Amino acid sequence: MAQTKPKLEQKTKNLSIERNEGTVLDLNWINSIRVNKSAVERRASSLTKRRSVKKDWQIAWLLKAVTCIDLTTLSGDDTEGKIKRLCTKAKVPIRKEILEKLSINSKSFHTGAVCVYPEFISEASEEVKGAGIPVAAVSTGFPAGHIPFDLKLKDIEYCVANGADEIDIVINRKLVLQGKWKELYEEVSAFRIACGDAHMKTILATGELGTLRNVAKASVVCMMAGADFIKTSTGKETENATLPVSLVMVRMIREFYKKTGYKVGFKPAGGIKTAKQSIQWLILIKEELGDEWLTPKLFRFGASSLLADIERQLEYHVEGFYSAANRNPVS
Amino acid sequence: MAIQEIIDKMDYGVAPENEKEAHKWLESFDRKFKLYIDGKWIEPTDKQYFEVFTPRSGELLANVAQAGEDDVEKAVLAAEKGLKAWRKFSSHDRAKMLYAIARHIQKHSRLLAVLESLDNGKPIRETRDIDIPLVARHFYYHAGWAQLKDRRFNDYEEIGIIGQIIPWNFPTLMLSWKIAPALAMGNVVILKPAEFTPLTALFFAQICQEVGLPDGVVNILTGDGETGALLVNHPKIKKIAFTGSTEVGKIIRNVTAGTGKKLSLELGGKSPFVVFEDADLDSAVEGLIDGIWFNQGQVCCAGSRLLVQESVAEKFISKVKERIEKLRIGDPLDKSTDIGAIVDKIQLERIQEYIEIGKNEGKIFQPNIKLPKGGWYCPPTLFTEVGTSAVIAQEEIFGPVLVSMTFRTPKEAVLLANNTRYGLAATVWSENINLALDVASQILAGTVWINSTNLFDAASGFGGYRESGYGREGGIEGLKEYLTPKWKGKTKSRVYKEDNTLPPKPKKSKEILIDRTPKLYIGGKQVRPDGGYSVTINDIWGDYFGEVGKGNRKDIRNAVEAAEKGIKWKRFTAHARSQVLYFIAENLQQRKNQFLETLQRISGYSEEEAVKEFELSIERIFIYAGLADKFDGLVHTPPFRNVTLAMNEPLGVIGIVCPEKNPLLGFVSTVFPALAMGNRAVCIPSEQNPFVVTDFYQVLETSDLPEGSLNIVTGSKDELVDVLSKHAGVDGIWNLGNPQLNELVEKNSSTNMKRVFTDYIERDWFNMTEGESSEFLQEATQVKNIWVPYGE
Repeated sequence: MAQTKPKLEQKTKNLSIERNEGTVLDLNWINSIRVNKSAVERRASSLTKRRSVKKDWQIAWLLKAVTCIDLTTLSGDDTEGKIKRLCTKAKVPIRKEILEKLSINSKSFHTGAVCVYPEFISEASEEVKGAGIPVAAVSTGFPAGHIPFDLKLKDIEYCVANGADEIDIVINRKLVLQGKWKELYEEVSAFRIACGDAHMKTILATGELGTLRNVAKASVVCMMAGADFIKTSTGKETENATLPVSLVMVRMIREFYKKTGYKVGFKPAGGIKTAKQSIQWLILIKEELGDEWLTPKLFRFGASSLLADIERQLEYHVEGFYSAANRNPVS
Repeated sequence: MAIQEIIDKMDYGVAPENEKEAHKWLESFDRKFKLYIDGKWIEPTDKQYFEVFTPRSGELLANVAQAGEDDVEKAVLAAEKGLKAWRKFSSHDRAKMLYAIARHIQKHSRLLAVLESLDNGKPIRETRDIDIPLVARHFYYHAGWAQLKDRRFNDYEEIGIIGQIIPWNFPTLMLSWKIAPALAMGNVVILKPAEFTPLTALFFAQICQEVGLPDGVVNILTGDGETGALLVNHPKIKKIAFTGSTEVGKIIRNVTAGTGKKLSLELGGKSPFVVFEDADLDSAVEGLIDGIWFNQGQVCCAGSRLLVQESVAEKFISKVKERIEKLRIGDPLDKSTDIGAIVDKIQLERIQEYIEIGKNEGKIFQPNIKLPKGGWYCPPTLFTEVGTSAVIAQEEIFGPVLVSMTFRTPKEAVLLANNTRYGLAATVWSENINLALDVASQILAGTVWINSTNLFDAASGFGGYRESGYGREGGIEGLKEYLTPKWKGKTKSRVYKEDNTLPPKPKKSKEILIDRTPKLYIGGKQVRPDGGYSVTINDIWGDYFGEVGKGNRKDIRNAVEAAEKGIKWKRFTAHARSQVLYFIAENLQQRKNQFLETLQRISGYSEEEAVKEFELSIERIFIYAGLADKFDGLVHTPPFRNVTLAMNEPLGVIGIVCPEKNPLLGFVSTVFPALAMGNRAVCIPSEQNPFVVTDFYQVLETSDLPEGSLNIVTGSKDELVDVLSKHAGVDGIWNLGNPQLNELVEKNSSTNMKRVFTDYIERDWFNMTEGESSEFLQEATQVKNIWVPYGE
């Protein structure tokens, strides 16, 4: 058993989410993890067909999805101008008249966060000031993470110093592929300390971990090391967030919660581009983790183009005709 | 509800499937359906109709014709006509027809899915994503076989008119399992859908019209059990294919006994779902959901007995309970429904009775789910702490009820898994392939799913061991149910003949011989008959020759017991078995003169005839020694990342009643294929000349055949056969060359649904096709399909 501070009683009384403080490394648990790929794929493919949300429910679920988006720009050609546009969109993700027709208070309606490179943290913070939108920065030598360890810590420190609320670190894939769980644990634990009050999302880069079993093990090690979120991908790997990978990760989150009482968040990133996909992921979370995870505090989409598709769908629901991309502001 | 409220709650709301088109179709028949005979809708002679309700609300859906005797006659006449037309079709044309049916199933897929859900109460998610796609796949797959029939099955021909009776749990899918292979192999059918769920079969009739299937090739007779009985008893119907309860299967076996009708019976089950400690437990939970809560648990192969290793039992059960809480029970036509309605009030009450019984036999768990009002709903139910002797652990409940037990070791898992009268399916969860395959090979079931559950495909045969019935549906193994060897078809007029002309009697030798007292051969030893009596054997001229032991019921009991214990033979490698058989041939050869003499002196063979029979007997042993390690299974290729291993497994213990004619060759030709495939046998030799077989004892004793592999009881055939064919420890019964015993043997076989192999036309044991064909190996084996999905 993982040595933990399971505060189960307190958890039931206290509705706010207690931050994961991590546990000691429990290698027995890591070594006993089993994942059957075919069975996981079957579950992932049938799960989203077992549930359907229609009409008002579809609208509501899509709006929920918007509030869970880490609106992201992580490109070589990012500029302050681009960051500004991203933040404007994050503040007003859906056109006001659409929200009004749905009786949604547009003032408090925004995306889950904005996600940028470290260089743009202060610009982004400035733009979203007072809007209640956290700024997330990618760090630790994102995306490949092959920079020296002390530079990774410096990278995090820089982000913290510049006011990032959330830090998306990348794990060292090498350690997973070599089965060096202790080293991985220590590295991520150090990241967590460096993050301080900023929330840490650990990017597993699942597309580079080889097997679902490795994904599961890396998920648990990161949670033991104090991850606030576990995240699938950087968006730069050839294979990004998939439902089977996500299923494996959320099952580990569930297991970790049962053992420790800590609720760790989940962030699929990369490749989620359509409104339909966003609903599939929400179904996955609802079914495997439960309703309490359906909040931006515990669930985020890492996405850049998803929002545009959702906005189009919402316009269709409201107006009764299909929309076109040019009608809605781009990010 | 305001949008903001939904955002806060994040519930699913309602997602109703549009049912308008289905009702429109029902209305187009004024919700009154006649019988589909000869390509037309025909009013039943008695003008009787019965009501069909939707389980979701109990509302009336339609009135459907009740077919009576006269209607069955009409259908048979139509089928005869249809058969003539269908025979004239080339393989290619039949293939085109099946292909067209598959296409039309797809074109109407949503309507069929909705209609099925309305009629049966199963969730639209299942009919839409599983049932109907599998139906289309089944027709596509068999369109392929139809095309290949001439090329692949040249030694076989169609059986003729097939009567098919299907259940209510998978109405369209079972229809496809029955009709597709039958048509592909050139047969015509009269199909009776279940009384509760006839509507999709009637829609299928319309598809037959649409594609231009010749009239009379497919006839659909709706009705109750009476209609089914009329089909079963009709002399022109040459085969009955039935899916349903073991109880009815036994009745069918009984009433068709002695008629020569072929049977394939897919019956009940109480299938084990085995979870080892090294399984991916979360995935195993999902497997279990698909295993027992698929189709409200109304699945013959439902994983209804959970066997979980003690070390993870608590954890696993708690995961299962959490998961059940998430199941959504409700309107079958809501797209988010997991568990729909039970097919009928009667069935619901039956399940509820079992649940009441279970409350005294274990600890019940039902989730906190509100059942919909109206309609026939039953919550998913789990019983823990159930003993093996509990009623709910033994009987097939056919509802969403799971019983769970724990085990300690793989050996115990196998023991518990096999502790049932049934043998339809099994599931094994373990990430250790050594363990999983080891256990899969030991569980007696027609289908074993490793790390998966309830996977079906047309390419893989499905069917039971033991009281789950016999015959396979799907795969190449399923086609054989709809074919008959050409020699049997063409020589139908050949009947058993008595030849009373006696050859001249050879002169008796003057030498005084030591008295021989052959006993019985049981458990590798020569034993005295229990009763202490002997039978006097006369030669064919009616003169006294000697005595053999007179076996009685207790000797049969002992022989079967010895055979059951003779498991060593089954565990021999095929190579080792073949070595033993060669050795038997070698040792037999040395005793040539003794056998020749016995054949001549008792059976009146000329020397030439005796030599011929003896030499062919030696050769035949060689043939089966050679085949022992060559009757390979198959690897099927269903559309998954998976291998499906179709393994030919021995039946177990086979009772063999040897032909009277050809006392030596008949014995060798029946017993040796059974042995070669790894069966143990209890053999009743020719009554007229048992000495050739009792002389065999010494051959066996010197040939390293493990004890119990072959047991021989001499005596009165009538008496011994009766006991042997009833014995529940016997898995198959062969009666070849004793046509007068067929009816008895077939009737008696229903005690435990043992596989039956009987002959209705006289077999020429010297003929290669008739005397040593692959038919014997098929009869000596049953196909087990092991599904092994892979991927890391």
